[in-house]
Amino acid sequence: MDTDLARAWVQAIAETVAQNKEYLTGLDAAIGDGDHGANMERGFSAALEAVDGREAASAGEVLATAGKTLISRVGGASGPLYGTVFRTLGKRLAAPEDGTAALADALAAALEGVRTMGGAQVGDKTMVDAFSPAVEAFTAASDSGLGAAARSAAEAAEEGLRSTVPLQARKGRASYLGERSIGHADPGAASTALIFRALAEVAGRG
Amino acid sequence: MKKFLNTAESFLSDSLAGFAAAHPDLVVDADNRVVTRARGAVPKKVGLVSGGGSGHEPLHSGFVGAGMLDAACPGEVFTSPVPDQVLAAVRAVDGGAGTVLVVKNYTGDVMNFQLAAELADDDGLRVETVLVDDDVAVQDSTFTAGRRGTGATLLVEKITGAAAARGDGLGAVADLGRRVNAASRSFAVALTSCTTPGSGRPGFDLPDDEIEVGVGIHGEPGRRREKLRPAREIAADMVRAVLEDRPLSSGEEAIVIVNGLGATPLSELYLVFGEVSSLLAERGIRIARNLVGNYVTSLDMAGCSVTVCAADQEFLDLWDAPVNTPALRWGC
Repeated sequence: MDTDLARAWVQAIAETVAQNKEYLTGLDAAIGDGDHGANMERGFSAALEAVDGREAASAGEVLATAGKTLISRVGGASGPLYGTVFRTLGKRLAAPEDGTAALADALAAALEGVRTMGGAQVGDKTMVDAFSPAVEAFTAASDSGLGAAARSAAEAAEEGLRSTVPLQARKGRASYLGERSIGHADPGAASTALIFRALAEVAGRG
Repeated sequence: MKKFLNTAESFLSDSLAGFAAAHPDLVVDADNRVVTRARGAVPKKVGLVSGGGSGHEPLHSGFVGAGMLDAACPGEVFTSPVPDQVLAAVRAVDGGAGTVLVVKNYTGDVMNFQLAAELADDDGLRVETVLVDDDVAVQDSTFTAGRRGTGATLLVEKITGAAAARGDGLGAVADLGRRVNAASRSFAVALTSCTTPGSGRPGFDLPDDEIEVGVGIHGEPGRRREKLRPAREIAADMVRAVLEDRPLSSGEEAIVIVNGLGATPLSELYLVFGEVSSLLAERGIRIARNLVGNYVTSLDMAGCSVTVCAADQEFLDLWDAPVNTPALRWGC
């Protein structure tokens, strides 16, 4: 991943999050407090502004800047969690020659960071339900190149998102709902799926 | 949605601007979104900082002042503040004796305050965190985020604020805050949902003749839904839930708060307090101090919470100590 691709990814996330603001808010209104769309839009538009405004030596630097901005601007659980994702990717992708295998390792480390911070596992009805299968699929397809790996990851994330519908939330704000969270897709898994779909789009352009 | 606002996006900034205009003895740092006392850091006094999502006013900004908080960090509506805000607050109030962070137990608040504590530590600032988790509606378990922090936050902020003001050290203030939390339990009932300026719609649907039992302060539904019943019966359920979790023996003293969630008239809150007071008297529990009013709210939600704190003499002395804030003022 080079700096241009990293910037394009952040831009694509900002665009898709803005386009899907109402969708994310609707999911969150069903099982949370209805602000996930607004918080994600605020965070990624600020992240885009931050990465556009400065020179970067590596894709890692771009992503680290995005991560720091998310932590500084989003609040809630989404800020620290997505901030950790991008800061971890940033730390792991410091070398310009880092390729698809390095990105696979970096995504695995980011997932581990999210698990550590949030304490969630697959099946808890959180972003991990989309993130974890996406990392697995990306890693499994990483020999086929970035485009194929990212496409595979996006599909797995979307499948993971669908898997959250029948689940009862056990972590995060929605866990307070207990059984009433059943039947709704998890908003965090939905934003994670958008992030992987954005990666597939920018990777597919090359 | 009918609300007094200009735009949903500017809601918090506009509201904070009004808060600043109304309270010239406080400083509102609009850029960092931090409310502090005008005198700034007090040398050798432990600083006391709290914060959380907005929408619970007067919590927390309304409790900044002599004898209570040194700073508050209001986040977006129902969204925790970011670490930068908390760090700015800690820097502003640190008088060399360290700072206690009072944090309500919600996943986002815990994460952002934890990151802030790490940043403060990097700066060489000493910080202790007191986590408030008094709401018995959601039971603690390894599978949930734990109990929610609600009405007891006010007790923790008042009592630790008085302890910091009399010169207690960092560890002592933090331990005291944890003891107050451990002695306090709350339970809330909603008559209506609430509407955030951003979403414009009620957080959940509640039919006209139903109540949400065990509701949280973010518009998240509670543990069950029932038909509306006489206040005496609802109050009895709330008191029972609180005392089942933390029994008080006959002869014990308590600080009791009947707290409005935002849209319930004071006349109804007094009515509920009357019922709570009779119920506690039947069990021989003495209400040594009380508060009735809107202190830890949930925007425009109708409903109330009951908080009972088993109080020892130290709690009562510190509760009685002078306090001078926008929302709580006595003895000064």
